[in-house]
Amino acid sequence: MSELRKTPLNALHRRLGAKMVNFGGWDMPVEYPSSGGLIAEHKAVRGSVGVFDVSHMGDIRIHGGRHPGGALAAVQHITMNDVSKLATGQAQYSAMLYPEGTFVDDVIVHRLGEDDFLLVINAGTREKDIHWVRENTKRFDCVVEDLSDAYTQLAIQGPRAADVLRKLTDTDLNGIKNYWFTHGTVCGLKNTLIARTGYTGEDGFEIYVPSDAATSEKVWNQVMEAGRGFGIVPCGLGSRNTLRLESKMALYGHEISEKINVWEAGLDRYCKMEKGDFLGRAALELAKSNGLTRALVGIEMIDRGIARDEYRCCNEAGEPIGVVTSGSPSPTLGKNIALAYVPPAFSAMGTVLYVEIRGQKCKAQVVPTPFYKRQKRAAAPRVT
Amino acid sequence: MAYPKTYRYTKEHEWIEVKGELATIGITDHAQHELGDVVFVELPKPGAKIEAGKSFGTVESVKAVSEIYAPATGEVIEANGELQNSPEKINSDPHGAAWLIKVRLTNASGIRDLMDAAAYEAYIAEKGKETSA
Repeated sequence: MSELRKTPLNALHRRLGAKMVNFGGWDMPVEYPSSGGLIAEHKAVRGSVGVFDVSHMGDIRIHGGRHPGGALAAVQHITMNDVSKLATGQAQYSAMLYPEGTFVDDVIVHRLGEDDFLLVINAGTREKDIHWVRENTKRFDCVVEDLSDAYTQLAIQGPRAADVLRKLTDTDLNGIKNYWFTHGTVCGLKNTLIARTGYTGEDGFEIYVPSDAATSEKVWNQVMEAGRGFGIVPCGLGSRNTLRLESKMALYGHEISEKINVWEAGLDRYCKMEKGDFLGRAALELAKSNGLTRALVGIEMIDRGIARDEYRCCNEAGEPIGVVTSGSPSPTLGKNIALAYVPPAFSAMGTVLYVEIRGQKCKAQVVPTPFYKRQKRAAAPRVT
Repeated sequence: MAYPKTYRYTKEHEWIEVKGELATIGITDHAQHELGDVVFVELPKPGAKIEAGKSFGTVESVKAVSEIYAPATGEVIEANGELQNSPEKINSDPHGAAWLIKVRLTNASGIRDLMDAAAYEAYIAEKGKETSA
């Protein structure tokens, strides 16, 4: 077995006593007993604030060559959302598709400048993605840079995330709307990318700082110190998964993969067919006219039992009809929830179906998603 | 958390306390720590037969499903009903209130081969070294 890869904060996680797991070839914290464990971490993010090391994520910068517009055209070609609609300082959820209309990966595209983009990609697909981007942007006048190892990426997430970050920067955070970003000084580090993005369904920020261990640990410790009054805790991949599942955010290799297309995954609103040609478009056009054979639905267990990834779904008669892509107890709802691919005939709200758990047929029903949606709250009163 | 000296332990992290032909079975503090927050327990009903080394139930944390293996052979006389509503007790009191089942032993011969508390503590310390290496 090859050596697991480590983020610059690996030693710090181990010092904190985190439970470490192999996640897509990375040695990552899954939970911190010192935070109170997965459920406590989850609740901290829903109720106040938590911090995640997400430095395993990859970063690809695509910027202009000799003639303006080359990077814009390249990113339009390799992603399904419409980047021409982005202002500088704005980001969007998108995906890179195979010609079959299935997923290379999902990405967040940041528009750094008129002809300058940053794509944040998944850890487990880093090499594949970078190779894919290089191959498919060759005919465009642009420069592709792999910046994955240049940044330590911290996600500060939760309703108090802005209050924590405000202590570490002079940047006006109120001026950064959801899915926008800016560059500012954070913990004394000039020109730090501060994005109002995340993978938890809460308000929050992701900051990108230089990846040397000393700087990374210094920033982590300052975030923890700034968050102390808000009960901030370090959070691992375990709570990251339950938080994103409650918010129905896709995970590569589960809800989306090289075998699943955009319509099946229900990501229609991020796919802009009218923007012009792009990789995967023709196949999606055809798939649309053929109609769906399966759809992603949210289900809630009625019987006792927890649906888990890859468990089979079946009908009343016990015949297999689909498969669970992600399943877990929901710490916020106190129910056992899952996402599953089933035939469209089983996708209506309230439809009863069954999940096979250790040979037992356990009753479940289709429910609206996201399972959890944060309340848009009125602006907090300003403290003067 | 201390490992009671009167218990015997398996490599799969179950404990058994034997009193005559009756025994109580649970999972160890090390096991609950590895699992994390326990949210679900599935146990056999009274009358069910369990066989040494074979799975007799499951304990689930938020992240994972873990089989529980019988440290001995016998018949279940009671399953801990408290755990259905309060599975988190396994995290807080794995060697006491959160016992899993009580059994009537039909064959106690294998029990002397299980580890005592000192041997089990050495065993998990060794495992800890392997994973942090």
